[in-house]
Amino acid sequence: MIRFEGVHKWFKKLHVLNDVNLHVKQGEVVVLCGPSGSGKSTLIRTVNRLEPIDRGKLIVDGQNLSDPKTDINKLRAEIGFVFQQFNLYPHLSVLKNITLAPIKIRNITRGEAEEQATVLLERVGLAEKRDAYPAQLSGGQQQRVAIARALAMKPKIMLFDEPTSALDPEMIGEVLQVMQGLAHTGMTLIVVTHEMGFAREVADRVVFIDFGVILEEATPEEFFKNPKHERARLFLKEILSPMH
Amino acid sequence: MFNYKFDWAIITSGQYFDWLVSGVKVTLELSIVSVVLSFLLGLLIAVMRMSNVRPVRWFAHGYLEFFRNTPLLVQIFFWYFGSYKILPTAVNDWLNSTNFEFTAAVIALTIYTSAFIAEDIRSGVRSIPKEQMEAARSAGFSYLRSMQYIILPQAVRITIPPLINQFLNLAKNSSLAMTIGVAEITYQARQVESYTFKGFEAFTAATLVYLILSVAITALVTLYSKKMLNPMGAR
Repeated sequence: MIRFEGVHKWFKKLHVLNDVNLHVKQGEVVVLCGPSGSGKSTLIRTVNRLEPIDRGKLIVDGQNLSDPKTDINKLRAEIGFVFQQFNLYPHLSVLKNITLAPIKIRNITRGEAEEQATVLLERVGLAEKRDAYPAQLSGGQQQRVAIARALAMKPKIMLFDEPTSALDPEMIGEVLQVMQGLAHTGMTLIVVTHEMGFAREVADRVVFIDFGVILEEATPEEFFKNPKHERARLFLKEILSPMH
Repeated sequence: MFNYKFDWAIITSGQYFDWLVSGVKVTLELSIVSVVLSFLLGLLIAVMRMSNVRPVRWFAHGYLEFFRNTPLLVQIFFWYFGSYKILPTAVNDWLNSTNFEFTAAVIALTIYTSAFIAEDIRSGVRSIPKEQMEAARSAGFSYLRSMQYIILPQAVRITIPPLINQFLNLAKNSSLAMTIGVAEITYQARQVESYTFKGFEAFTAATLVYLILSVAITALVTLYSKKMLNPMGAR
């Protein structure tokens, strides 16, 4: 589904992605983790070309992202992206946030789009908020709307870029539960997160990245029980027991 | 020392009143048409000014500098007297059969005001967080459609106060159209003054017309933005 082959990226002189090779199969749930500044957010943003790559090859859903013939808008419509800061459209109601792209890009009727949005809102537990505006919702609610908005396009792939990092602790669970539900539907998921509980329970594979290099790729059991790389060990120690 | 005889009746009834009323109509037409057109053109120029395509961006930049930095009166004369000289006879004949004074005034006012509106909208766009564009693009919207559905609707809401200013300027600037013979309210007030020597009354009337027009524009735009453009909540 997604294949990185020798991918490099630089921000000016900073080498943010260094020879990344990674293959994510259809229906797989991959958790990307690593210290801040490790390049994990950049990596996930290359998948829908929010960040273009400088060298190497990146194939997503059979399409080469560096190929000028690739219709990036069409490809992006197949990839849901969930941001750390939710990025709902503040001038539109919850319902319109969800129906805008299906109506304008998928060309389905308003009625159909609203029906579908209602189902999605029920699924994320926010059916009663359809007419609210983003500013009237809590962070956790906004993020669940953002997930519903991405799902409304019926994407093949969902990308989550630190979806719970901007949330108050008591709201993290509600978002993770929605994501867990998604993982069971067989959708391809890449999740950048520090929520190791989520990684342990939901991921098929954990990828550890630091200084733009993939240092470790393992099943969650292996990764948490017996991390091979020294930096992965340090990272896990920091994140699992921050006070030591 | 103060022996001017006020005669308000002269402008509140009869032929001179009719002149003033017809002037009000023309001023309204001129202002409303130009407000709508200059807003649309301003949006277009603002988007072009932010385009990734260099020639498009340069054109918009040139347009802005040119029309913001030359006097409106010169622009009005240019469209009315200047464009006339370089157009084919057939076009000129057609223009003469229409109300070309009015058209030239609309063109000049629209283009002049659109340059200012474009800059206001552009600064509105720049105040929208870049993540909004990212969210729109990742949903699969092209750059232009992201602008259309997500960025500009937010930018215009932020831009309402400076937009009101531009619309007020436009309404007041429409008085310059009298110089090419558009019979709007200033022109008619001047006519009344020439016929009656009642300059005080005539221009008081014109002043009141502009005052009411300006207050009405402010009220309408404010009302529209409150009613139609919806609450964005605490943003």
